[in-house]
Amino acid sequence: MQVHTVFGSITDYTKGSIELVSGEARHYVFSNIFDVAAKSKPYERVVVAKNMEYVQEVMRAEGVSPWFACGHDEFALCMDGEVTVDFIKMKNPPSTAKNGAVLAGENPEGQRMGHVKLKRGHQVLLGAGNAYRFSAARIGVLMQQTVLGDLSVQKWREICFT
Amino acid sequence: MSAALTQVVATEPSNRNGYRSFKLGKFELSRDEYFVTVHWPAKGARRSHQMPADAFLRACMRDVAWNFFYGWVNFDHVIGTRNHYGNVDFYAGTFNGTLKAAGVDYVEQFDANLIMATFKAILRDWVNEGFDPFAAPVETGTAFGPKQGENIEAIERTRIATKLMPGLPGDSPLRDDMPVNRAFADVPQDEPEIHEEPGFKGQLHAFSLFKYLSRSDVTWNPSVTAVCKASLACPTTEEFILPVFHGNDRVEWFIQLSDEIVWDVGDKNTGAPRSRVTMKAGDVAAMPADIRHQGYSTKRSMLYVWENVTPGLPQRYESGELSPYPVDF
Repeated sequence: MQVHTVFGSITDYTKGSIELVSGEARHYVFSNIFDVAAKSKPYERVVVAKNMEYVQEVMRAEGVSPWFACGHDEFALCMDGEVTVDFIKMKNPPSTAKNGAVLAGENPEGQRMGHVKLKRGHQVLLGAGNAYRFSAARIGVLMQQTVLGDLSVQKWREICFT
Repeated sequence: MSAALTQVVATEPSNRNGYRSFKLGKFELSRDEYFVTVHWPAKGARRSHQMPADAFLRACMRDVAWNFFYGWVNFDHVIGTRNHYGNVDFYAGTFNGTLKAAGVDYVEQFDANLIMATFKAILRDWVNEGFDPFAAPVETGTAFGPKQGENIEAIERTRIATKLMPGLPGDSPLRDDMPVNRAFADVPQDEPEIHEEPGFKGQLHAFSLFKYLSRSDVTWNPSVTAVCKASLACPTTEEFILPVFHGNDRVEWFIQLSDEIVWDVGDKNTGAPRSRVTMKAGDVAAMPADIRHQGYSTKRSMLYVWENVTPGLPQRYESGELSPYPVDF
């Protein structure tokens, strides 16, 4: 029998559902990352999951992002498309006490470390103190495991079942 | 653990079917060709409950491999364990609304080492050759029949401990030497391209999570693949039924990476149904801290389980300091 594994994409996804017996749909904070990315601005960091200060952010990868940096490790998972990540070893990295990603300016000071090319299903480590920048020739989708920060965008009513 | 091993109470093998019976406090556990039977005292009488042997072994296997996990591991609607992190409750009917109201439930707390040693002894004795409690039903032999050999290799698996990310030096390994599961034969196996500038060799890291998951040889057994402080990514591959109804002592999140899982969600304390949640590729949903859940996956699927291991969370949810719902909107 032919195997067919279903991965969603920004142009082809089907959202699931909640059949309630009691309680409220909003308690499940149910959204879909492709749906969120389809309605987001490029590289807007939209929170789709939040566990106290920890978050999962979805980004619509389109064109070139600003340079970001973070005082702690983060991880990005490419869920759709192809995305290149450039890295710079920052001369003046964000404080390790600072939670979440910050903008690192147009030309972060430091040495170029190299780049990583991601396709769907690839996960990259965004190491603490390294500036990183995404670029995507066609629209892709990233999911980032990080901590709630200044750039995190929360718009739960727009993205979730209520 | 060695002291606990000597405290495991077991009978000699049955002359009829070859299996040992076990005692855990006032609980008595036995199995025959088809069923596991649990007895306990309540209201001055000896109560009993039966489960199919395969379902019991799959549930017990997860409880052992997950070290009693976060909160409640309901083997079914009657028996299960509650993790107090150092001590563990084994209960019958305590988290079943009807049995609890009737007063025929029973719970007893054990040192975690003793209950772990007892469960491991049960698995060693009750898992027959050819049956792998971690495997999807179509990928393993039968759990039924009289005692026939053992499958120690299959039951000695544990959750993979990852410090930061698989594949880093000194961290958990990738799965390049494992075969691609039949249900993920179409999943691309290419790895990310890593281009490092001179002087930065080994300082960039990436891997194919989907390739890694496509080579998992177990179901419903999360492996840590990313650690951000106390935030753990624990993706897993799922087929058939989650062998337990997991009762949450904290909020956890599910992100459906591929295919589809349907979740039955019930009240954590009574088991009363609350909802059915259908998750398709790309869907994100919270499992609140006041529910239990069990999943169904027809096509083997990839599920990203996301956990928060901040110390003290069970107490903070139990006391009402934290809402069982992660976001108020």
